[in-house]
Amino acid sequence: MPTDSKTNQTAQIDIEAVSKRLLKAVADIDLDAGKMEGAFNLRRDGDSVERFSTKNIEIRARADGKPGIDVVVKPGTQGESVHIPVILTESGMNEMVYNDFIIGDGADVTIIAGCAIHNCGHDRSEHDGVHTFMIGKGAKVRYSEKHYGEGEGTGERVLNPTTNVHMAEDSFIEMELTQIEGVSSTIRDTVAHLGRGARLSVVEKLLTHDSQTAVSNIDIHLDGEDSSARIISRSVAKDHSKQEFRPVAIGNAGCRAHIQCDSIIMDHASVRSIPAIEANHADAQIVHEAAIGRINNDQLIKLETLGLTEEDAEQVIINAFLE
Amino acid sequence: MLELKNVSFHAAGAAGNVEILNNITFALPTGRILVITGPNGGGKSTLARLVMGIEQPTAGQIFWDGQDITHASITERAQKGIGYAFQLPAKFKGIKIRKLLELAGGHEMDEMQCCAYLSRVGLCAQDYIDREADASLSGGELKRIEIATLLARNPQLSIYDEPEAGIDLWSFSMLVETFKDLRQSANQSIIIISHQERILQLADDIMVIANGQITQYGPREEVLPGLQVDSLEDSACPAPAAWRPVAMGAQ
Repeated sequence: MPTDSKTNQTAQIDIEAVSKRLLKAVADIDLDAGKMEGAFNLRRDGDSVERFSTKNIEIRARADGKPGIDVVVKPGTQGESVHIPVILTESGMNEMVYNDFIIGDGADVTIIAGCAIHNCGHDRSEHDGVHTFMIGKGAKVRYSEKHYGEGEGTGERVLNPTTNVHMAEDSFIEMELTQIEGVSSTIRDTVAHLGRGARLSVVEKLLTHDSQTAVSNIDIHLDGEDSSARIISRSVAKDHSKQEFRPVAIGNAGCRAHIQCDSIIMDHASVRSIPAIEANHADAQIVHEAAIGRINNDQLIKLETLGLTEEDAEQVIINAFLE
Repeated sequence: MLELKNVSFHAAGAAGNVEILNNITFALPTGRILVITGPNGGGKSTLARLVMGIEQPTAGQIFWDGQDITHASITERAQKGIGYAFQLPAKFKGIKIRKLLELAGGHEMDEMQCCAYLSRVGLCAQDYIDREADASLSGGELKRIEIATLLARNPQLSIYDEPEAGIDLWSFSMLVETFKDLRQSANQSIIIISHQERILQLADDIMVIANGQITQYGPREEVLPGLQVDSLEDSACPAPAAWRPVAMGAQ
């Protein structure tokens, strides 16, 4: 139809601007600021459109032929970063991508992933990613993953990430998983296996609005002696959105784990928070806590006495809670 | 200037309507410090909350600089120049102390600027600005940060609800000095709800509220000597001894 083709044309013309905005939102990348530091892979609408490796970090197509990349970090690499953003700008785009991260012993790296969907059409756009981390002995990884959706179309924006983490002795990973806004539906599955002395920290931040749904399952297996894990989940559910959290810590050795789920509920939203703990060893110490509640009225009143409107006060409280 | 005309406040209780404040009328001219004292449960905090707009009066009117603000929202009153330091400060998960001071001051602040406010309540800015104003702070720390936010806001009318509650002797002395400094400013008014003699000594005017009514109101030199002796016999509403002004440390 003529109207549709016009819309598509407009979308095509603006694609560079849209890409830039999406990259800024999920990976804090400013394409106008010049060349990226470190290794880089940009996937747009199903294709790898930009890729740089460095001396210590190689990004290559997968050997098994599945869509996705292998990111190989040499042992002992210090202080380098990898950016692997994914953006979807075509309505009706569906993809399943497999990315493997092989982190060499003693390496210290930051990995910035993120997926943004701009859906200006009426078809469902979906990106499902399976990330597998093999973290070598004593290696340290900071991993940030942001999800964001936008677009004036009625098409759904769906993101289903699966993350598998295998941690060797004394390795460390800090994962920050953030869904900013605009994602119609998400099911995230995260599974980690910790070896002796391995430490894992997961900070999950989620905001849902309108009729969005979000499910997050996190299974942490503390298999090695002296391993430790901390899961912090903070979420805000607005409008008619629905959220469900199922973080589970399983202690199979002398270990420590702490799960904390905190949600702000607003409007007509619904939140289920079901943390679970399991100990299969007498020296496992595992704690969970969960809380769901509305924004505290005392907080709103205090900010109003500082001259903020009720709406601005709510926004300040939500932003700070998710920061 | 703040003016209250025949202000009453009734609250719904288990046994029907409970009268908290009855027919309160007074005017606080600009540039004066008013200390409100009286027994617990007498209506002092309710009066302060009515001025800030946190509660709405059941009857009567409130004027600020000649404008009727009886039904104005908290935000509107804040924007017109009324500020409030709560007796029990709110805790904020995620909001850093610097951010609270910035929200109060209405602009971004560097460490030096934050320090200017925090040092006046006996806190070292370096140790606090990047901490969250949450349950990890002690009651006394939260209280002093609450006072610092009102200092940063610097409104034309500041209301301090029992600023001494929960803070140590040393911080209290600093607070008294801070109020003395504020007293120099001729275009600001301060209402302090307090039981402390040293704070009563700072007052231009003292008001005693008991059983929802003003039982005494006048210049400090007239009201305070009577309070120190024992005003109970003269009071229309005998009150428990607990509200008599106390010296800090005697509590």
